[in-house]
Amino acid sequence: MENNKSVIAVYVDNTAGVLTRVTAMFTRRGFNIDALTVAETERPEYSRITIAMKGDVYVKEQLINQLKKLLVVKKVEVLEEEPIKRELMLIKVYNKAENRSDIMTAVDVFRASVIDYSNDGMCIEVTGSPSKIDAFVKLMQPFGILEMCRTGIVALDRGNKTLFSE
Amino acid sequence: MILKGSQIVIQTLIEQGVTDVFGYPGGQVINIYDALYEYKDKINHILTAHEQGAAHAADGYSRSTGKVGVCIATSGPGATNLVTGIATAMLDSIPMVAITGNVPCSLIGKDSFQEIDITGVTMPITKHNYFVHNIEDLADTIREAFRVAKSGRPGPVLVDIPKDVQVASYEYEPQPVVEKTPLPLVKENLIDKAVAMIAEAKKPYLYVGGGAAGIDLGEEILAFAKKIDAVIGCSFMGLSSVPQDDRFLGMQGMHGHYASSMAQNEADLILAVGVRFSDRATGNVAKFAKKSKIIQLDPDSAEINKNVRVDLGLVGDVADSFKRIAQKCCASEKPEWLLRVNALKKEEESFADQIAAATTAPLTPKRVFDIINENKLPATITATDVGQHQMWAAQYSTFDRPRRMVSSGGLGTMGFGLGAAIGSYVATKDPVVLITGDGSFGMNLNELATAVTYKIPVVIVLMNNGVLGMVRQWQTLFFGQRYSQTILSRKTDFVALAKAFGAEGYLAETEVEFKKAFTEAVKSNKPTVIDVRIDKDELVLPMLPPGGAIDDMITMIQK
Repeated sequence: MENNKSVIAVYVDNTAGVLTRVTAMFTRRGFNIDALTVAETERPEYSRITIAMKGDVYVKEQLINQLKKLLVVKKVEVLEEEPIKRELMLIKVYNKAENRSDIMTAVDVFRASVIDYSNDGMCIEVTGSPSKIDAFVKLMQPFGILEMCRTGIVALDRGNKTLFSE
Repeated sequence: MILKGSQIVIQTLIEQGVTDVFGYPGGQVINIYDALYEYKDKINHILTAHEQGAAHAADGYSRSTGKVGVCIATSGPGATNLVTGIATAMLDSIPMVAITGNVPCSLIGKDSFQEIDITGVTMPITKHNYFVHNIEDLADTIREAFRVAKSGRPGPVLVDIPKDVQVASYEYEPQPVVEKTPLPLVKENLIDKAVAMIAEAKKPYLYVGGGAAGIDLGEEILAFAKKIDAVIGCSFMGLSSVPQDDRFLGMQGMHGHYASSMAQNEADLILAVGVRFSDRATGNVAKFAKKSKIIQLDPDSAEINKNVRVDLGLVGDVADSFKRIAQKCCASEKPEWLLRVNALKKEEESFADQIAAATTAPLTPKRVFDIINENKLPATITATDVGQHQMWAAQYSTFDRPRRMVSSGGLGTMGFGLGAAIGSYVATKDPVVLITGDGSFGMNLNELATAVTYKIPVVIVLMNNGVLGMVRQWQTLFFGQRYSQTILSRKTDFVALAKAFGAEGYLAETEVEFKKAFTEAVKSNKPTVIDVRIDKDELVLPMLPPGGAIDDMITMIQK
């Protein structure tokens, strides 16, 4: 069975405790989630949860059906094959003189930006698809990564399609 | 009219058609109990010995009638004592509303006296739960709780009400009883697909579960089986949902009837009605019903392909789908299939005869149930606890109408039975027999006080073997007879215990004694405990070992 990566978008009530209900369900049903982001949407009464997961078609189907059973969940959709995916990363690396130009070149090529700079370290902000972020992390590894954090992905379908369009 | 929050709680319950509630007072529900005092001519409160008993009673109330059972408990330990009862209802999809009090909002989060985040605790074991922050939302939240509890796949809902909301005042306007949210109707082309699959089947098996019990579909199922020459089997939760008939083979699965499990294994089409393919029903799912196509009818889309991959899942109104399928299918005769099933039934009888012949005990579980079946009153409800006695009850009990089996299937809650028996009686006023064991009974026997106080004439058949029989059976079969902590060297005198509570008590060591005690108990109309002595080495057979396949079925044990 194919073990594809999928992106699932979920509209939920924008009220206290909703994220707990969703994540608690994942935990108790043993679903493995790669990444999960949540924030407000164009409709103030809803939040949008974006879930990146791996699993075969049955796991995916079960996860969606279990999500739909939660009363706080208003809409669940597996995003199409190639949705627009973006992720943001902050990464802090050693700022050594011998590496500085290599780092700056990478920042340039990846259209990232240096948002904090000191003699011993610098913090870089990168935005892009998860694979671009992965590539940037790999590139920084030889220079010594001090700390990093990623937001997890957010994703939308292409064209005029939305979660609520048929 | 302007009412206090506590009055709104009771008014809303009355408005929603609630006539009986089960509960236990405490610091954070004093106001609700004060309102109960005020409305005591309109709503009957049963004070149990323990909140767990109240939760099981509300559950039994629901199982025996289909109404939403209601229980009330205070914050902290009162609320946590409901937890096992709520989880029991959740696993068996029983509609229930649990109302708990909590500390005032100003004290929430401060680890106040008897403060527990009960909505957090019960999140995974309720269909949904609510914390009522504002008096404005109180009545509508309770109404919503009833709607959620009974709509779709039913389940328990908890409403946690902090003290300040109970005390606050707000406008209350009575509303009609909330309706169930209608289930979607299955599309015609899918019904046609099911009809076509059934038309091709030569060995059809109707597999009936708790979902069918909850919608009273038994007569239709039997009529359809006759129409297409199918046989019927049920899951544990499907017991009592189908009328007794030659086509009804009884429960299948781990301790199911041999013929029922075998017929399911040999079937070429299984029409599953409101079942969830529990591991206790299927054994090894990879080897379950391999020769069969499966059509599954369920209100819950998450049940399709969850445990067993099915060929056709029809999600929506089960009663509607079933009736449409039944109507569209052509009548047909399948004499070979019925002949084969009859042969399986003969095999089953021969196993039973051999087991009966091998025993020298003065009273066997089979005979206990024969005597109960012969002497119980019409409409008798069988409540059970959990263990060997429960499986014997499932195998041997007869039922003369739906909703007569009240037992914890999914969670397997020892200590469920007495509370549930009390709730069933309060709901129906029909005769109730509780089948229990010395292990299970020991867990919540305090509710005997409740039965006596409220004059609930439950006949308690305590199958006393001095051991935790089901675990011991596993130890016998799979753990080399290493009887770790399953031998109860207790000296409890159950007859004296019953009398101490104000109930009647009998000891029965032989068939004659048991028959006498049982008939007297039924006639006496008083809560009665019959201490029935059975042999500790009795086994529940057949047995499909956990995770095993049909070929692994144990039908006989050579002693």
